Amino acid sequence: MAARKSTRAKPNVSKDELLGHYKEMLLIRRFEEKAGQLYGMGLIGGFCHLYIGQEAVVVGLEAATEEGDKRVTSYRDHGHMLACGMDPKGVMAELTGREGGYSKGKGGSMHMFSKEKHFYGGHGIVGAQVPIGAGLAFSDKYKGNDRVTFTYFGDGAANQGQVYEAYNMAELWMLPVVFVIENNQYAMGTSTKRSTKSPSYWERGAAYGIPGEEVDGMDVLAVKAAGEKAVAHCRAGKGPYILEVKTYRYRGHSMSDPAKYRTREEVQKMRDERDPIEQVREMLLTGGHATEDDLKSIDKDIKAVVNDAAEFSKTSPEPALEELWTDIYVDA
Amino acid sequence: MATEILMPALSPTMEEGTLAKWLVKEGDTVSSGDIIAEIETDKATMEFEAVDEGVMGKILITEGTEGVAVNTPIAVLLEDGEDASALPAASAPAPATEAAAPVAAEATPAPAQASAPVAVVEVTPDWPEGTAMKTMTVREALNSAMAEEMRSDETVYLMGEEVAEYQGAYKISQGLLDEFGDKRVIDTPITEHGFTGLAVGAAFGGLKPIVEFMTFNFAMQAIDHIINSAAKTLYMSGGQMGAPMVFRGPNGAAARVGAQHSQDYAAWYAQIPGLKVVMPYSASDAKGLLKTAIRDPNPVIFLENEILYGRTFDVPDLEDFTVPFGKARIWREGTDVTIVSFGIGMQYALEAADRLAEDGISAEVIDLRTLRPIDYDTVLASVMKTNRCVTVEEGWPVGSIGNHLSAHIMQHAFDYLDAPVINCTGKDVPMPYAANLEKLALVTTDEVVNAVKSVTYR
Repeated sequence: MAARKSTRAKPNVSKDELLGHYKEMLLIRRFEEKAGQLYGMGLIGGFCHLYIGQEAVVVGLEAATEEGDKRVTSYRDHGHMLACGMDPKGVMAELTGREGGYSKGKGGSMHMFSKEKHFYGGHGIVGAQVPIGAGLAFSDKYKGNDRVTFTYFGDGAANQGQVYEAYNMAELWMLPVVFVIENNQYAMGTSTKRSTKSPSYWERGAAYGIPGEEVDGMDVLAVKAAGEKAVAHCRAGKGPYILEVKTYRYRGHSMSDPAKYRTREEVQKMRDERDPIEQVREMLLTGGHATEDDLKSIDKDIKAVVNDAAEFSKTSPEPALEELWTDIYVDA
Repeated sequence: MATEILMPALSPTMEEGTLAKWLVKEGDTVSSGDIIAEIETDKATMEFEAVDEGVMGKILITEGTEGVAVNTPIAVLLEDGEDASALPAASAPAPATEAAAPVAAEATPAPAQASAPVAVVEVTPDWPEGTAMKTMTVREALNSAMAEEMRSDETVYLMGEEVAEYQGAYKISQGLLDEFGDKRVIDTPITEHGFTGLAVGAAFGGLKPIVEFMTFNFAMQAIDHIINSAAKTLYMSGGQMGAPMVFRGPNGAAARVGAQHSQDYAAWYAQIPGLKVVMPYSASDAKGLLKTAIRDPNPVIFLENEILYGRTFDVPDLEDFTVPFGKARIWREGTDVTIVSFGIGMQYALEAADRLAEDGISAEVIDLRTLRPIDYDTVLASVMKTNRCVTVEEGWPVGSIGNHLSAHIMQHAFDYLDAPVINCTGKDVPMPYAANLEKLALVTTDEVVNAVKSVTYR
């Protein structure tokens, strides 16, 4: 591993917190690597969008949430599900289209939900989750509680008109929603430079009166701090908040993307110099919070969790044929 | 030269109105642009401006008069110096060439009172025998359905353009803001895609939104959320969460509003698994089905019709009257042919049945009421009895509800058919604006009569 400077000194970060972030990010990375492997083996079909490289975004923001807060995102959703505590087995089995998956195999990689963990999908139409997220926040405001909804979308979705329709209503009705723009710099193959002359996405909320800020999405502690600020704003009844989290995906847009729109060097440079997991690893080691052996042991445990999930996803049976006809309507 | 001031048509579907208030009196001088009266249409109270200048000679219709037909002379305007005493005692009726809204009147020949005489045979009663009835417009029926359900369930709320302070673009939500407040009756910005998605999110979050589209034409901006977000989520989530909500508003042609505001979406939505689709004709169905729709735990498309809003029907006077989905209503029993329709198509079906009766043809008229689910059994039982079927709808012919029914009848009652099923539909063209062409584009009673004569070989 290339040596790198550790990020800003954060003396108030505890060992437990750092280890927690490390484990959660590593779980996502190992899970996604395994998913990529299963895809290559033909066990996962269709579209499969991996989150590798972006782990600090969702882990940092989840660290800023409380029980009952909601989250909704796009089709690049595996990381969000793991970070909010959904079972890796259920997620992986959904990827393989099995009965044990979160949607009984009927949703797939892009469409998973968990009422228990307040995870509302898993949406395949770019940008559609943004007004939905505003609506989830609307339901909390209507009920009079102080829960907050995290609505994640990418730099590609940020050019959809419905995002701005949602901004307008969210501020108009002071909805407790954090709009999180995961700017990984590429909307499939189109770089932000080629899709807008207004590349500071967080600033676009100003037109509606929504405050926002840009965050280093490769630094989990910076993300968490920004998340806490945004959540406090929402819980105080001050309306929505925008976080533009600058991040990077190492893999292609989906498994079938050859990623010819960027150089191998660009990706490698990001991995070597900015990797979110390596940054925390460095902090753990230099801060004396963990030894190489400790981290190896953690890695081993996580691999075991991921292997169990993969095993479950292979052995869980395909859904019963009768399932074709269920869950279309709720009995009135 | 004295000028007659005529009762104006102030909306595309207005046939009559109330002369609420005169703001001038006889002898007053008026200039063009002066507001001279307030007129209540079926939707709103409008100010009426003078077009010409002169002196108010005689007021022919006193204020407070209801049911003043469009184009009735309401006052006489004199030129300066003319003497009111020189006026003829009674005004001549307005010449036909000046008629402002003849198409609305012709295209919708059955105003409020005229729809009553249709012979109604209740074969499958929706209410107990002997129930007291009261007359109600479709508008009032929809309004009371929402109010009743909002009273009984705190999680039901209404959102849409102009539903609150304006009291509804078509007055369907009149009074709801006053009763339920702005937390539950919410004016949205003009942002169909956004507020529909937001309402779907609110439904995921445990509320029961009623989304009013000013017309269903505008719901095309939002159709991604209706189908991809609302209709499919229950399935995609393996039954974990869905969208208990109602999308409602006027659908289909109004009158003279052109191609982009005159489309029937019945067949579009009826194709989508995960949606329920309702299209009522009468006020009792509008009320009973809307209450059922609001209670239903699934997304429901509720297709209303602007021309029907002002029609009056008998509605059972019950505390909690609902109509189940998937149960057609036989409006009229018959033996020679089955006419199947829904929504405003019922108007043509029932008129045709009246005319056919004069020719000795006995038509059974079925109102599907809901298009998803469809009551196939009632249709098949009727066709097995009459051996002939004509379907009637306002939408386009390709992939129509009639096409679907024809296929179903062919597959399940082929041996009973004595003639091919004929689908009477709107014409396969965008809706034209010109009065004569619009009339031609819509399905007509004549076409239904001719189709029945064709399948009965008469």
